[in-house]
Amino acid sequence: MLTYTLRRLLLAIPTLLLISLVIFFLVDLAPGSPASEIPLTVPPDVRAKILESMGINQPVYVRYLLWLKQFFYVEPLNGIDALFGTSFADGMQRIISYQTRGPVFSLIGERIPQTLKVIGTAYLVGVLIAVPIGIYSAYRQYSWFDQAGTLLAMIGFSVPTFFSGTLLIIIFSVMLGWFPTKYDTTLVVTDWASFVKQIKQMTLPVMTLGLANAAAISRYMRSSMLENMGHDYVRTARAKGMSERTVVLKHVLRNSMIPVVTVIALGIPSIFGGAIITENLFGVNGIGSALIGAIHGNDLPMVQTLAFIFAILIVLFNLIADVLYGLLDPRIRYD
Amino acid sequence: MPDGAAPVLAVRGLRTVFRTRGGEIHAVNDVSFHLERGELLGVVGESGSGKSVTMMSLIGLLPMPPAEIRAGTVMLGDQDLLRITPDALRDVRGAKVGFVFQDPMTSLNPVFNVGFQIAEPLRRHMGLTKAQAADRAVELLELVGIPDARKRLGDYPHQFSGGMRQRVMIAIALACDPDVLIADEPTTALDVTIQAQILELVKELRQKLGMAIIWITHDLGVIAGIADRVMVMYGGQVVEQAPVKDLFANPQHPYTRALLKTIPSLTGARADRLQVIEGQPPIMTAAPTACAFRDRCTHRFARCDAENPQRRSLDARPVGFGHDVACHWTPEAADA
Ligand SMILES: Nc1ncnc2c1ncn2[C@@H]1O[C@H](COP(=O)(O)OP(=O)(O)O)[C@@H](O)[C@H]1O
Ligand SMILES: [Mg+2]
Repeated sequence: MLTYTLRRLLLAIPTLLLISLVIFFLVDLAPGSPASEIPLTVPPDVRAKILESMGINQPVYVRYLLWLKQFFYVEPLNGIDALFGTSFADGMQRIISYQTRGPVFSLIGERIPQTLKVIGTAYLVGVLIAVPIGIYSAYRQYSWFDQAGTLLAMIGFSVPTFFSGTLLIIIFSVMLGWFPTKYDTTLVVTDWASFVKQIKQMTLPVMTLGLANAAAISRYMRSSMLENMGHDYVRTARAKGMSERTVVLKHVLRNSMIPVVTVIALGIPSIFGGAIITENLFGVNGIGSALIGAIHGNDLPMVQTLAFIFAILIVLFNLIADVLYGLLDPRIRYD
Repeated sequence: MPDGAAPVLAVRGLRTVFRTRGGEIHAVNDVSFHLERGELLGVVGESGSGKSVTMMSLIGLLPMPPAEIRAGTVMLGDQDLLRITPDALRDVRGAKVGFVFQDPMTSLNPVFNVGFQIAEPLRRHMGLTKAQAADRAVELLELVGIPDARKRLGDYPHQFSGGMRQRVMIAIALACDPDVLIADEPTTALDVTIQAQILELVKELRQKLGMAIIWITHDLGVIAGIADRVMVMYGGQVVEQAPVKDLFANPQHPYTRALLKTIPSLTGARADRLQVIEGQPPIMTAAPTACAFRDRCTHRFARCDAENPQRRSLDARPVGFGHDVACHWTPEAADA
């Protein structure tokens, strides 16, 4: 398993390099230039200086190599410096945002906690709701519970989050006034009152996204359970006199979780990338809204870096899903 | 047949119906039989003749719905298994009645090691601790002839061959020392040589442990070597029942006779089943009102269409205890 993991990690390197190349050049081809953001009143020579400081005058392959070096060398060193108070990265050029003129990674570092808190919680809530619902729906297939679950899942699938989110805001914020309409990023939890406030402002975005996630995962759980419920080993477990509880929650569930865990792991990168709409709707100042802002502002380094980070996460969680599969299913041996 | 002693299992008038979208399927129609202590009862019939459904009905292993047991009693000792609570029935399954299924490749849970799967009934029914159950599991694996038993407790089913897996299944079924072992075509999915090994194993275990066995197969050749008594099933009914010698020496039902012709001859050439009995067992969409075999029978006459034959004794003993057959036709009448 370990050698397999290492081999997969090594294989990920050329994959990621190729992806980085594609991302960098594609984004670079995008129309519009950061130069257009500079007011026209700025004299040409000053304008040229600004552009030069941004490194825009270099040929594209030079900029690519520079960016790679910054991404894989300078930024990790900076991370180490920040963690341990060392100064390895002193004087090295970091990836700089066109918009803020600050390091891209500092901005990402500010935004990630917001995203993790809200979108991550939503994903977790979605999983925690979906798994028991899926199990029970399968165990009582075609019962009213299962039918209701099917209907809700269909709604969760087909209604986009900008609609369900808006609906929740209208009902629970505007009409009932239970929750705030906007997420306050600056809120710091220091005591009970601010904790309650934080929970309250998280509720609606978490519900919106959590239900959408739960819809997909519960269906997946249900069909996996149903698939396994028909297997011969289930009859064997019953023939041994095991209780229904043991049969369903041990024998069937253990087998059914294998593909579901994989799907859950594969879905984790979407926490970072897929929640753009929800973040914007509720005003959560996270990674998704950072990406939207960067696209609007022609902030190429920011877009390139964020897109590449998403790519790394996807490759990473693919690997994690495969390894988990091997850990959960004794029939799979990677070595 | 030891007279006087109560049978360990007595089934009377069992009827099992599947309610499907296409209508009802009467899979078991008024089946009665009994099992003496220590006896091996062979159950034969082509696939689809209702053998598995009959046996699974006994201990509530059929999914309900669609299955529905319409009538009958299943006496195990003094308990009627059809009328006890689901919890009480679970105390019987795996403890007093062990079940071995046809396909050892799919009958074990792939994600638990065999030690765990053998220990489960031991802990559930006999209240053993983990350590005690592991010790007993080693004993059981040795009993069914798996070498290096203790080392193999941690192995998963896929690390065993088909024959070895069936041995594990037998170990599980025998774990709690059951009164009755039901083996539903336990060798059908295995190679011929492995089949023979499993048969030998069961013979040996029977001598050691003395449990009564119901052995289901569609191969009369297998039955000849191990059974005390044979019950032939067709269309969800018992069509002939006799001590093994009588059945082979003097088969009465045209279906039994046809089955006997499918046994490989001494020269090793196997008769083609389809040549011998053309057609397939019927799917019973209603309780039989005529002979279920009549469409394939070479002796068919008017009465076969009018009336479903009941089992009648061919000797002085009551139906079920000697040689009996459910057929209107008699060889004597034909010869005369
Ligand atoms: N789950 C089910 N639903 C409907 N019909 C079934 C089901 N299981 C078995 N049957 C029917 O019951 C009859 C007897 O089947 P079975 O007992 O499995 O035969 P055997 O074990 O003798 O090969 C067959 O006609 C089969 O189609
Ligand atoms: Mg069968």
